[in-house]
Amino acid sequence: MARVRELKRRIRSVKNIAQVTRAMQMVATSKMRRAQEQALATRPYAAKSWQILTHLASQSINIELLHPLLARRTPIRHTGILLITSDKGLCGAYNTNILRTAVHFMSGLGHPAMLITVGRRGRDFMLRHGGHLVADFSETLPPRPTPLDVAPIARTVMDDFQSGRYDEVYLIYTEFLNTLSQRPIVRPLLPIRPFELEMDSVMAKYLSPEVTRITGEYIYEPDAAAILGQMLPRFTELQIYQAILEALASEHSARMVAMRNATDNANALLEHLTLSYNRARQEAITKEMLDIAGGAEALRKSMQSAAVG
Amino acid sequence: MPLRLDIVTAEGVVFSGDVDMVVAPGSDGELGILPRHAPLMTTLSYGELHVRRGDEIMYFAIGGGFMEVLPYQVTVMADSAERAEEIDLERAEAARRRAEERLRDRSKGAEELARAQAALRRSMVRIKVAQAQRRRQKSGPSSQYPQSTE
Repeated sequence: MARVRELKRRIRSVKNIAQVTRAMQMVATSKMRRAQEQALATRPYAAKSWQILTHLASQSINIELLHPLLARRTPIRHTGILLITSDKGLCGAYNTNILRTAVHFMSGLGHPAMLITVGRRGRDFMLRHGGHLVADFSETLPPRPTPLDVAPIARTVMDDFQSGRYDEVYLIYTEFLNTLSQRPIVRPLLPIRPFELEMDSVMAKYLSPEVTRITGEYIYEPDAAAILGQMLPRFTELQIYQAILEALASEHSARMVAMRNATDNANALLEHLTLSYNRARQEAITKEMLDIAGGAEALRKSMQSAAVG
Repeated sequence: MPLRLDIVTAEGVVFSGDVDMVVAPGSDGELGILPRHAPLMTTLSYGELHVRRGDEIMYFAIGGGFMEVLPYQVTVMADSAERAEEIDLERAEAARRRAEERLRDRSKGAEELARAQAALRRSMVRIKVAQAQRRRQKSGPSSQYPQSTE
């Protein structure tokens, strides 16, 4: 009888868990859809920026000299890393994957890295493992960030780069491929290297190579340095914005899938428990009936022997 | 060969298609672009951008950005861009009032003020473009909107 009661309690609690995870799955699904839309809407702009920058770089002028954000430094003594993770957990292996990538990348650098974190998970992990944090923007972003919300992050990174606090900056975030797959990625942010556009990145398909041939030199209005001076900070800001949107879409997708798996598991467990419960209940009934039958038999026998005796 | 025009903002693609002519608010003055234009790179200021395609003229409110011109392709990377028909004049005017109020508040920091200034300029361009659009619709022969009494 105790077993039956125990099973009943477990069934109730598993049912509750399934209800909670299903609710979380629904929430994640709607957030995911919005985040995916937002991430996809920004890609053409990001891709066009790259395209214009590669055009500028292919000009005969040496653009590296025109703006400090383009200047490469040797040797690299300090590396800055902008690490984008989530604030909340319960999203499967999302944070584990990005942190593994980050740790692997940092151990390959040969010198300690300075971290700028966006996301509580990444910040807490790095603090626990002795990472050197120089800035943290966790829990500052609204659920649907605009480029303006990202501006302070970009400002910090660019100022620190220009002041020489670090000689290069990498972005580590999760690129959104589709609902079922996201991939952690390390991408150089500063100095801006227009020639090194990764053609396998999701942005590449927004570029149209057949119309990108340029004949002759550009006319600049007002002049190349002024245009770059406006464009490069915008461009850096945009890259960070894009990375954050990709990370958000990935996070919500990962959470949706994780919660769906949890709901499925809970339901499978529920089925199994219900079966055990029914079996235990049946057993208990059978045992009771046997007891009664045995008792009745014993009674009948004792009455018989009393009558004979 | 027509001119291919793409107007994109960080929030998405605003326009993408073949056109005959583009007139854009360059930072050094208005620029008219026809096919086979020399390669050009310019910053854009706040203002109205219009596009001719056949007999049709489309108007956009542009809130600064960049433009790249190649012989058969124009790319406008705008900080904000809206079709004139899609501008909500009442909302734009409310935004202007809000921005003006924020500018009057002297206690704010420089960054906040710059942000309010940008919002003010953006809303003023939107109001200008939307008002021009209303005037055109009133005077145009194919106007299907009732005459307003303002």
